[in-house]
Amino acid sequence: MKKHLMAYPYALWMLIFTIIPLALILVYSVITIDDAGIHFTLDHFRRVFEPIYLAVFWRSIKIATISTIICLILGYPMAMILASKNLSKKSILVVLFVIPMWMNFLARTYAWMTLLERNGLIATIIGYFGIQLPSLLYTENTVILGMVYNFLPFMVLPVYSVLVKIDKAVLEAAEDLGATPFIVFRRVIFPLSLPGVSSGIIMVFMPALTTFVISRLLGGAHFTLIGNLIEQQFLTTMDWGFGSALSVVLMLIIILSMGFAMRYEKENQGGGLW
Amino acid sequence: MVKSAFKKIYTFLIFLFLYAPIIVLIIFSFNESKSRAHWTGFTFKWYIEMFRDRQIMSSLYYTITIALTASIIATVLGTIAALGIYYMKKTPRTIMINLTYLPVLNPDIVTGISLMLLFILMKFQRGFFSMLIAHITFNLPYVILSVMPKLKQLDNYLYDAALDLGATPTYAFRKVVLPQIAPGIFTGFLLAMTMSIDDFVISFFTTGPGVSNLAITIYSMARKGVSPKINAVLSIMFAGVILMLLIINNRMSRDNGRKENVV
Amino acid sequence: MHEEIIRLVNVSKSYDGQQVLQNINLGIGRNEFVTLLGPSGCGKTTTLRIIGGFEMADSGDVIFEGKKINNLPPYKRNLNTVFQKYALFTHMNVYENIAFGLRIKKMDKEEIDKKVKEVLNLVNLRGYEKREINSLSGGQQQRIAIARALVNEPQVLLLDEPLGALDLKLRKDMQLELKRIQQRLGITFIYVTHDQEEALTMSDTIVVMKDGKIQQIGTPQDIYNEPVNAFVADFIGESNIIDGVMVEDYYVEFAGRGFKCVDKGFLPNEEVDVVIRPEDIKLVPVEEGMLEGVVESVIFKGVHYEMIINGNGLRWMVHSTMMEPENTRVGMQITPHDIHIMKKVKTE
Ligand SMILES: Nc1ncnc2c1ncn2[C@@H]1O[C@H](COP(=O)(O)OP(=O)(O)OP(=O)(O)O)[C@@H](O)[C@H]1O
Ligand SMILES: [Mg+2]
Repeated sequence: MKKHLMAYPYALWMLIFTIIPLALILVYSVITIDDAGIHFTLDHFRRVFEPIYLAVFWRSIKIATISTIICLILGYPMAMILASKNLSKKSILVVLFVIPMWMNFLARTYAWMTLLERNGLIATIIGYFGIQLPSLLYTENTVILGMVYNFLPFMVLPVYSVLVKIDKAVLEAAEDLGATPFIVFRRVIFPLSLPGVSSGIIMVFMPALTTFVISRLLGGAHFTLIGNLIEQQFLTTMDWGFGSALSVVLMLIIILSMGFAMRYEKENQGGGLW
Repeated sequence: MVKSAFKKIYTFLIFLFLYAPIIVLIIFSFNESKSRAHWTGFTFKWYIEMFRDRQIMSSLYYTITIALTASIIATVLGTIAALGIYYMKKTPRTIMINLTYLPVLNPDIVTGISLMLLFILMKFQRGFFSMLIAHITFNLPYVILSVMPKLKQLDNYLYDAALDLGATPTYAFRKVVLPQIAPGIFTGFLLAMTMSIDDFVISFFTTGPGVSNLAITIYSMARKGVSPKINAVLSIMFAGVILMLLIINNRMSRDNGRKENVV
Repeated sequence: MHEEIIRLVNVSKSYDGQQVLQNINLGIGRNEFVTLLGPSGCGKTTTLRIIGGFEMADSGDVIFEGKKINNLPPYKRNLNTVFQKYALFTHMNVYENIAFGLRIKKMDKEEIDKKVKEVLNLVNLRGYEKREINSLSGGQQQRIAIARALVNEPQVLLLDEPLGALDLKLRKDMQLELKRIQQRLGITFIYVTHDQEEALTMSDTIVVMKDGKIQQIGTPQDIYNEPVNAFVADFIGESNIIDGVMVEDYYVEFAGRGFKCVDKGFLPNEEVDVVIRPEDIKLVPVEEGMLEGVVESVIFKGVHYEMIINGNGLRWMVHSTMMEPENTRVGMQITPHDIHIMKKVKTE
């Protein structure tokens, strides 16, 4: 019997609906179509490197990086606290961290919209103190806030899941050998948690880099990140070629940064697992 | 002492940060007036309006229909695929598994636009069916990745033993293999449902005029500004997702419990 | 005798209201090899952790060289621990693991190099510096754990069932090696095990514990030959423990007849436990025996045969180098010296 044949319908499906579409993007990024037919071109990529678009890339990378760093700074201590709690309470706290993660991110973003808008709760409360705030919405910081809010659990959970697995005896061994709590953290806990940190970084950085919703809702109609730029090319300006080139570059950035994070992970596992 | 106080305060602040916006959102879905800052009285008005809103109801219908159909198809196709992959030789198996991870790692926006390109080029009218196909596509990996671990746990001798006892392969599969991987299939189905209900980006690019799911409707409403009706929809979605999560969690811990008993 | 280095005074500890250590009093001498021995859950690890500083006693004191160290954190105590499951740092190689403590002391590079090399020699793992922890066998990991502790030249080394995970052969080798290291370096070893044979062969002093209480402290010979109660006797070696009545000094009745013995100081007709070791029962022709019975089973145990003999309404365990086939009638002979009389432990 040829049981492996059962995988073929799926393979066919993947071919048609995943591989071919991705190939289409690749193809579209290097062609132009006019009356005379289809031509090979690198114009789209050349355009990507025009200053205004480079600025968008730069801004997206900057905002995603800042958000990732804030998530790491806020999330790491939280993960440590979660990992240190006794078991019964721990599972409740962890579930409480998972719930927002499964909530629609539109809902999470929208929630901040209502809080931050001009007549929103925060402006009103601060208004009671006689302080008039400039617009809270539609700034770069608002977008970063939205990203941190949306992606914080994606940092906490992977770090947490690595931290809980660290054998307590190993920490005691370090202490036994004369390490103060700070040294225990720096020389043992942190290095052992790096695989979790690197998957946390990937899980925050990737969606932060590619989103067009958070920037649109919290940054306003004129706030442009790579995601918004790509969306525009396909839905408003209909410039598929340029949109595809942008997507290809975006994927390259992601593959590069993932490769970077993964390599770091590998180094720190002492080659044991790979 | 100081340390534990610090931990408590920190935990409290983080949870405040995570939950305050959601809670405020839910509270103000019951607010009499349109204000998002002043409480003027309790009402179910917005929920009633929500149910009267044709667009919201139609997108609710599409959300559920697509989620159910896509998850069922993905579950059947995915389970069969998982079996097939399981019985493959090592190299093709590794290729297939890596391929399965591809859509999971691919940014949603790229998956969305690439499918959109495909539909446009194939002159496939975008609407219900294009969105359905897109959902099946991104659900498949979740089903496969839920079923595969169960297959690995499977005791091969059981199937052989059933054959030895005179069972036909089909019978042996139905009575021996299927019951053992059933929990993985069900988890995969629930995961697929959740992902489907939750999806915005891919749906956004693959749908056509007149067909939108809840997430798309909310996005287009939110772009125009806030409205308590959205609060009501989101509160209901929130309740729905929590319910799903509880069911999944319950199942998973039951599965785990069973595993521990065996070991 | 050894000069005292550590003393536990009235140490008690409970977890969630359950008392796991009760008034532990224990003095440990310099260069002594002390073994804590007892069944699982009796509080050995807890005692060790209190000495190591990982756990705080509810009451009582831990004295180190005459000073109370109750509240001193582990990293300030001049003792090191070899953990039950090694607890090696998997993200560092062998060299880094061993150098960990020295680095903290800010020792200079050359000296660290030298010391690591020395200690690796000591544990017979010369040239293993660059190896990753996960590439080592259980026994090698074990020795790295010991090296990592020893390199700090602690005055006291705490070892919690360090050989628990090893197979029998390796265990025996490592027992010898540990003993050799201890004698060579002249460090105090506080060693936890629940293997009585290990305790008997390695220790200067054995501390037998049960349910959080010390039952007996003594040399292996003391413990083996003069167990203070039936628990110790039973735990330290398989024994025949029989109900008896101490009729008068030097005379005890059990198994339906009277025996001369060497114990005294009991109440007249006091009920006692009589302990007889299997190797102390001599098999003789039926006519010459004090007791007689039928051989029920025979197992060869490597050096001797273990026979169960059914006689006088009791089942006796007898060790002998001579085998009697099953179902033969045999006589049994016990000399007064080998009859140990113990007060009954009140069981609640
Ligand atoms: N952290 C803890 N919390 C609650 N109870 C504990 C804790 N540590 C130990 N105990 C309990 O204290 C008792 C003594 O434990 P301990 O680990 O000292 O035993 P042990 O003699 O080392 O046993 P073993 O030979 O199995 O290692 C046990 O009943 C154990 O369940
Ligand atoms: Mg123990």
